[in-house]
Amino acid sequence: MCGIVGLFLKDKSLEPKLGDMLTDMLITMTDRGPDSAGIAIYGADTAGRTKVTVQSDSPDEAFDGLDGVLAEALSGDVSIRVIDTHAVLDLPAGKEEAARSALAELRPGMRIMSAGDSIEIYKEVGLPEKVAERFDVRGMSGSHGIGHTRMATESAVTTEGAHPFSTGSDQCLVHNGSLSNHNALRRRLKREGVRIESQNDTEVGAAYLTWKMQNGSTLGEALEGTLEDLDGFFNFVVGTKDGFGVVRDPIACKPAVMAETDQYVAFGSEYRALVNLPGIEDAKVWEPEPATVYFWNH
Amino acid sequence: MQTYDLEANGLRGLNSALQELNGSSNKTAWEIVNPKGSHAIAVGLNSPVEVTVKGSTGYYCAGMNQQATVKVEGSVGPGVAENMMSGTVIVDGDASQYAGATGQGGLLVIKGNASSRCGISMKGIDIVVHGNIGHMCAFMGQAGNLVVLGDAGDALGDSCYEARFFVRGSVKSLGADCIEKEMRPEHIEILKDLLARAGADAKPEEFKRYGSARQLYNFDVDNAQAY
Repeated sequence: MCGIVGLFLKDKSLEPKLGDMLTDMLITMTDRGPDSAGIAIYGADTAGRTKVTVQSDSPDEAFDGLDGVLAEALSGDVSIRVIDTHAVLDLPAGKEEAARSALAELRPGMRIMSAGDSIEIYKEVGLPEKVAERFDVRGMSGSHGIGHTRMATESAVTTEGAHPFSTGSDQCLVHNGSLSNHNALRRRLKREGVRIESQNDTEVGAAYLTWKMQNGSTLGEALEGTLEDLDGFFNFVVGTKDGFGVVRDPIACKPAVMAETDQYVAFGSEYRALVNLPGIEDAKVWEPEPATVYFWNH
Repeated sequence: MQTYDLEANGLRGLNSALQELNGSSNKTAWEIVNPKGSHAIAVGLNSPVEVTVKGSTGYYCAGMNQQATVKVEGSVGPGVAENMMSGTVIVDGDASQYAGATGQGGLLVIKGNASSRCGISMKGIDIVVHGNIGHMCAFMGQAGNLVVLGDAGDALGDSCYEARFFVRGSVKSLGADCIEKEMRPEHIEILKDLLARAGADAKPEEFKRYGSARQLYNFDVDNAQAY
């Protein structure tokens, strides 16, 4: 089944509460996807710096002294913030690709969850409540965020297979459904030089959007493209540095509900994920139309 | 009037209390507060009780209803009044997918819009939607009436049998074997009654009728040699 939640804040005064609201929404969706959970959160960015979120199954070893060795490899200032199995590396801007190669050499078992000016992704196997606790998602602030509770259908129950997927700078995607042409599309995108690391169908969806945007599409145009080029069932909720988008396939058999007020735009697989949001009683609540793209920008 | 706080007292207690009212109790009017989008509220009711839900519900509200009147003062998730046998279900807001699916009797009224697959495989239920409906509505509809005051989405009545569809607005497309049909006096009568019972402010003459061309499901004896 899978559960998706998303929250895009218009009202800056809610930003300190983003993690708290997102956690409630995520936990409510546990029975749609109890095998793993993840969130992408867009926090404050620092001018001239880039954030790379990494994950390791043996964090003590992998993160020990990582800031020092990476600083040396990049000849720049690097700081590290360790949160359970994840760590956020803060690097000089423009060093993302160099950091990817250096990390592959310095810590071969480590996975890169996301990279960009403001995005951080945290995801693990386990009940959504436990996953949110491990990373103290409640304490996080930001301008928008996306969460997912997974019931695996197309690939294994692993951290690698959990959502959100990030295949481009400050981009992420969560998905409810299953894609049927992901193998063919993965081969095509890889030939185009797009980085895809897992066997998961959703990662191909994310990579498709990245590829479209790298080739000049706006987020809206890239989302329109999914209706032509992706086969299968999908509700996609995507994040970019300053945007938030939603698209459903033409058959639209996966549930979705949206709400908008002056303060926020919210997405949930079910209405009950939205019931504790402020002012939901008076919000505009609707079911997104099939084959229709919705997006918002800051 | 009995008031039941769903958040405080739980779903199982609510449904067993309502299902036990088999006509022997005078506790016939119930109000459910704090539904908060919960699933399976007021399902399997089998006596003429009146239940009002004060807020929006999740999946399968008022499913398998018999005799009861369930009113939702909010919107409903997928599968409202699924397989209803009799009674009445009224939704003030919108309904998500497959509202009234496989319903065998009774009246479902949706005052807002219904999304895709409303009345799919309907088998005798009457459904009145004051707003619009989405795609694939009444797919394989066998009996009953689907009345839409607004517009219908793609593939209305695909592969339908003898269900009748009355649409006041536009129809994006008709499904396989579904055609527009003549509105005869008996249809005006059916529609007049349904609109009145659903509290709908519309004139029967404003509607067009659609239904099966009966080309898809009939065994044609002239083709017997081909089988």
